[in-house]
Amino acid sequence: MPAPCTPSQTVGPFFSIGLDHLNRANLAEGSVGERFAIRGRVLDGDGEPVPDAIVEIWHADAAGHYHHPEHVSPPSEATSFLGFGRIPTDERGQFSFTTIKPGPVHGPDGKPQAPHLQISIFMRGLLKRLMTRIYFPDEPLNASDPVLQVVPELRRDTLIARPTKQDENTLEWNVCLQGERETVFFDC
Amino acid sequence: MKPLLGYRKPAPGTQPSYLYPPYVSSIKRAPKQPLISIPVTLSEITGPTFLKEIASPTAFDLTRQHKGEPLGERIAVSGRVVDEDGRPVQNTLIEIWQANAAGRYLHKNDQHNAPLDPNFTGEGRTSTDDDGRYRFITVRPGAYPWKNHYNAWRPQHIHFSLFGPAFATRLVTQMYFPGDPLLEFDPIFHSVPDEAARRRLISSFDWLSTQPDLSLGFRFDIVLRGRNATPMER
Repeated sequence: MPAPCTPSQTVGPFFSIGLDHLNRANLAEGSVGERFAIRGRVLDGDGEPVPDAIVEIWHADAAGHYHHPEHVSPPSEATSFLGFGRIPTDERGQFSFTTIKPGPVHGPDGKPQAPHLQISIFMRGLLKRLMTRIYFPDEPLNASDPVLQVVPELRRDTLIARPTKQDENTLEWNVCLQGERETVFFDC
Repeated sequence: MKPLLGYRKPAPGTQPSYLYPPYVSSIKRAPKQPLISIPVTLSEITGPTFLKEIASPTAFDLTRQHKGEPLGERIAVSGRVVDEDGRPVQNTLIEIWQANAAGRYLHKNDQHNAPLDPNFTGEGRTSTDDDGRYRFITVRPGAYPWKNHYNAWRPQHIHFSLFGPAFATRLVTQMYFPGDPLLEFDPIFHSVPDEAARRRLISSFDWLSTQPDLSLGFRFDIVLRGRNATPMER
C-alpha cells in the first residue's frame, strides 16, 4: 500500500522567488470571449489586508471547455485558451485580473453548472491552500448550480462577484478569511 | 453519461488543519467556518497543464544561474512523484524556492542579517519524466531565525509547488533534511498531527545520487492525491 498524500506546508512569505515566473494577470490574451476584470482584496480576521497572498485561477473557455485531456468534447474556436492565472496581492492586499467569461460546464448530473472560476489561495499563515469559486452576478444558472446549492443560502453571496460603478465589465470579489462575511471555502 | 471520478480525501491526521495556534500567523488567517464538501465536477478533476518548455533545460540547476558558483554545500535533490496508488505523475511542473547557504532569501522582506549570495537566486523548476522522476541541483539552504516566538528558527528546508493532473491535486509543501535538530521545535513541521505523515516531509540521504567529487544527494518522494475507484466514495 503506497503512502498517503504528502502533507501540505505553507508557502511562507518568500514564495515570489519561485512562483513569480508564472504570474499572469491577463488570461484573456489571444482568446475569444466576453472580457471582464475582477478586482478584490484579501482580508484577515482583523479586516486587515493580506499583502503576501497568491491567488490562482483555473477556468473553462467561452464555450465551457477546459483545456485538459479529461474534458472530451468537440474542440471549440476558443481552445487556445489555457485557463490558468496567478496573481500575488499587493501591499494593500489587492489583486486584479482580466479574463474571458467561461461558458457553462456540465455538472455531475449532466445539467450545466453556472459559469464560474476555480480559485486557489495561498499565503503565509495558511498551512494548506484554500479552494473557492467566483460566480457571476445576474446569471440565471446560479439558481440551479450544483455547487451553489450545497452552500447555505445566507453565505452564497460570498461566492458571487459584485458589479462595480467603474464599468459593467469590472466586477469586485473579496476574500474574507474570517468574520461575518467569511468567504465560503470548499473541500473537493 | 459516465460518472466522474473525484480524488480521495486525505486520511485523518495526515494533513495540517488550517488553525494551528503554535504557528501564530495561522490564527488570523485560518477560516473559522468548516469547509463545505462539494460534488465532483469537471472543474475539480481538470487543471492547468504546462508545456515542458516552461521549465528551461537549465532551470533545474540552481548552481548555474549566475556567472559564478554559489557558496555552500552542493547537493542533488531527486525523487519520484506518484499518486496514492503508486502511479507516476508524468510531465508535471515542479517549482522550488529556498534560502541560500547562509539562510537568507533573495527577497526584499527578508531582514535576516546573513549575507546574500550574488551567485544564488534560490529559484528552480523542472518537469517530471514519464516515470514521475525529477532532479534538482542546488546548495543546502541554511536555517534562519523568524519572529514566530522567542528564539524561533526554521529548520533547513526547500519549498516545493506541484500541480499534478487536476485542480484537486495541487500541492505546496516543504522538504526537510534528515537529522535536523531544529525539526523538533518547528511549529510548521509539527502542524501535521500524524507522525508518520510528518516524517514523509523529511528527505533521506541518498548515497546513489551522490556524485564523487561533486555533490551529496538527497531523495524526496512526493505523493499526490489518488483517484477514487468508484463515484460513490467520499
